[in-house]
Amino acid sequence: MAEAAATPARRSGGGAAAALPSWSGTALRLVVSIAVTLFGLMALTFLIGRLLPLDPVAAILGDNATQEAYEAMRAQLGLDQPLWIQFGRYVGDVLRLDFGTALTTGKPVLEDIARVFPATIELATVGILIGTGLGIPLGVLAAAHRDTPLDYFVRIFGLLGYSTPNFWLGLMGLVLFYANLGWVGGPGRIDTAYQWDIEPVTDLLLLDTAMAGQWEIFRNVLSHIILPASILGFGALAYISRMTRSFMLEQLAQEYVIAARVKGLSWMRTVWVHAFRNVVVQVITVVALAYAFLLEGAVLTETVFAWPGFGRYLTNALLAGDMNAVVACTLLVGIIFVALNLLADLLYRLLDPRTR
Amino acid sequence: MSDASLPTSSLGAWLRAPVPASPFQARMQALWLGWRRLRSNPPALAGAAILLLLVAVAVSAPLLATHDIYAQDLTARLRPPSAAHWLGTDDLGRDIYSRLVFGSRITLYIAFLAALIAAPLGLVIGTTAGYLGGWTDTILMRLVDIFLSFPSLILALAFVAALGPGIENAIIAISLAAWPPIARLARAETLTVRKSDYIAAVRLQGASRLRIILHHVVPMCLPSVIVRITLNMAGIILTAAGLGFLGLGAQPPSPEWGAMLSTGRQFVMTSWWIAAIPGCAILFTSLAFNLFGDGLRDILDPRHG
Amino acid sequence: MADPDTSPLIRVRGLRIAFPSPSGPIEAVRGVSFDVGREKLGIVGESGSGKSMTGRALLKLSPKAARVTAERLDFAGIDLLAASERRMRGLRGARISMILQDPKYSLNPLMRVGHQIAETCRLHQRAGRAEANAKAMAMLEAVHIRDPRRVFDLYPHEVSGGMGQRIMIAMMLVTEPDLIIADEPTSALDVTIRRQVLTILDELVSRRGVGLIFISHDLNLVAEFCDRVLVMYAGRIVEELRAADLHSARHPYTQALLRSLPRLDQPVEELAVPTRDPAWRDGPTYRLEALA
Repeated sequence: MAEAAATPARRSGGGAAAALPSWSGTALRLVVSIAVTLFGLMALTFLIGRLLPLDPVAAILGDNATQEAYEAMRAQLGLDQPLWIQFGRYVGDVLRLDFGTALTTGKPVLEDIARVFPATIELATVGILIGTGLGIPLGVLAAAHRDTPLDYFVRIFGLLGYSTPNFWLGLMGLVLFYANLGWVGGPGRIDTAYQWDIEPVTDLLLLDTAMAGQWEIFRNVLSHIILPASILGFGALAYISRMTRSFMLEQLAQEYVIAARVKGLSWMRTVWVHAFRNVVVQVITVVALAYAFLLEGAVLTETVFAWPGFGRYLTNALLAGDMNAVVACTLLVGIIFVALNLLADLLYRLLDPRTR
Repeated sequence: MSDASLPTSSLGAWLRAPVPASPFQARMQALWLGWRRLRSNPPALAGAAILLLLVAVAVSAPLLATHDIYAQDLTARLRPPSAAHWLGTDDLGRDIYSRLVFGSRITLYIAFLAALIAAPLGLVIGTTAGYLGGWTDTILMRLVDIFLSFPSLILALAFVAALGPGIENAIIAISLAAWPPIARLARAETLTVRKSDYIAAVRLQGASRLRIILHHVVPMCLPSVIVRITLNMAGIILTAAGLGFLGLGAQPPSPEWGAMLSTGRQFVMTSWWIAAIPGCAILFTSLAFNLFGDGLRDILDPRHG
Repeated sequence: MADPDTSPLIRVRGLRIAFPSPSGPIEAVRGVSFDVGREKLGIVGESGSGKSMTGRALLKLSPKAARVTAERLDFAGIDLLAASERRMRGLRGARISMILQDPKYSLNPLMRVGHQIAETCRLHQRAGRAEANAKAMAMLEAVHIRDPRRVFDLYPHEVSGGMGQRIMIAMMLVTEPDLIIADEPTSALDVTIRRQVLTILDELVSRRGVGLIFISHDLNLVAEFCDRVLVMYAGRIVEELRAADLHSARHPYTQALLRSLPRLDQPVEELAVPTRDPAWRDGPTYRLEALA
């Protein structure tokens, strides 16, 4: 059902969200399933790392290294070993959370990612709040007023969200709202003037400044985040409103909706109290997936807004051919994706009394 | 009613006949019905119109272009739209309108080639997994799940990073990221037809598995796969443009829209049109595929409407 | 409602329901007229005869695409055709209710059944939570549910079909409405529990002096359960008769329906399948007495 309903989306859930029969005996299956998926993620990222036409040895030593130095480095990197041994070492490294050193920064990749990740989390979270806060009501109202101008508006708005290149929208937004109207802060997370006034606790600047009561800085941070987050949220809104609408249409065709109206409930109360209750769980699944898609959108949006986050880090690594960083970032996104799918699946089982 | 001696005046009657007399007539009737449904769906019609226009522009690009798309003219750089340059000029004084016209060729080339690689790949893997079942199914679907564990842009980025920048590599990377959802869809469709009586009948006649899959299962999956790939084209175009924008797709001086946008980015604060125009082109193309794909789904795949 | 015994609860005259289609409007109900008092009226017909459409039109809950017209559509002196949606909401559930076919689909799967019953009370009687819950509990008892306290907190998927339909009856009768429309209330149930559910419905209806419109395709059942029967065919009423006088039916369609039913006192080799006569579509209507 979720598969069919998710058709308008670019795709439905990933691996771990496959239907599971019951609580009993599920735990083992789940663990095996996650293990296999993670193993597959590692195999795929390993292969991507090996496909590289660049010579990693030459990338480190430069082109005019001696033959001996070259061989020594090759051995040190383990590149003289058979592929399956190399893969074994890679798996071992990953399990020890050792992703090697990033060529671009000279620091361990994991340290880099830990540093840039809060910026992306903050951006994506504000984005999903905007996308969910608008997307769910719009989707519900569009379904409740099917084939009215409101419905057409929501559908067209959603299709635009699907079709607009977010990096372009970001550029246009900067031109209009920053350069011309001056309504929002420019690129970056914060004005440089405030940069050193923040006591980093969570590295989520909105949270940090709010906790410290630095409301002036808070406003500055907000003015920077609002545009990129809205643009990311627009994509999430498109997905969420569209899925919510289709879930709601399915529910509004049910007999219990007639029963509720027979009881004398108003249409809006029927929609929100009776029908919406039945789509909440599905919508939560969609929101979890939308959050994962935001990470994808963040790669391009962060580039446009010079947002010092995960997406820009990945882009820089890609352009520099820094495979350690690329592989680690890709693997991380895969793991987050699987985790969000799993979370959606668990929420489904927890919240729907029929699965208990 | 024979179709050979059909006078044109009764074509409508022939198409509307309640019981078709030949497979050909049945097929034509299905097409006619599809066309009537499409006609009553203005958004889908608009999408189809934009796509037709795009194809027409791509085919007749040399006729439509007013300037040489590579000719630089540093005396006329960053000009706003005017009579001489309908959509202005870029930082090297090249005519944006002409580059946009030729860029449509690249966009269509990427979209169709990626679809041409991803659709058969996904179809074959999905139908094989669904029809054979057992271990084949488990292994192939696990593979699909692993690919689906990455957002498609991230996967395409990783592949491009590994293969090296360039338009061909971008197409390969996009295709590699685009086949898994199609495989999953084809498998789901296969599971619904696998148990049907007509498949059992063909099997009893001694048809090989390969023959059953290719001649009887694949055709049943085609409508929904076509719908999905049309909707995916919108995403493929956005991904290709994103790769071009990051400098990992088509390389300068190619007039690929994403790459044009990327150059426009440096001048966006002063010369907004350099970035705005190719972005609009990407938006309209992607929107057209989405509109048309939605309409196609209503026609071919009414169950999911 | 000055004189409830003589003035009918519902007065329908010339009810028509049409749906637009590419080849012009299609009429599902074509000029139906009848009265209902505090009695049990059966409406019988095959699927597509317009009997359910007629039932829903009385609540003004026809599908959005439907175009409903009538010369008169009155309930207890209220002109339903002119009534606003707000007015209708006040009537629905409070004075006119409807029991739907299949409790599997007509109860909200994610609401505890007790709350679904109490909701009707809270809506119409401005009852507080505790009072509404108490009423719901009493109502569960009235439909012969043995352990109402336990059942109150169950979800619909946790109760059987028979119990589900009794909950549906409780939900629709808790506000003590004047008229109940029961749309095939037993056809989704197991044959063995139909009787039980009908008995409960009969008990409540008879005791409270409620008007009942019983919609069914089952002529035998209707004849046994109701006082008066309307036979519908192709969107029209073709015959009206007293349930007791069923075998003296005059319309060939009713006669054909009767012949298609097995009878213990008159065994036959093969039951007749009713053949339809196109002339019935616009043929005469046999009535007990002319309508006012």
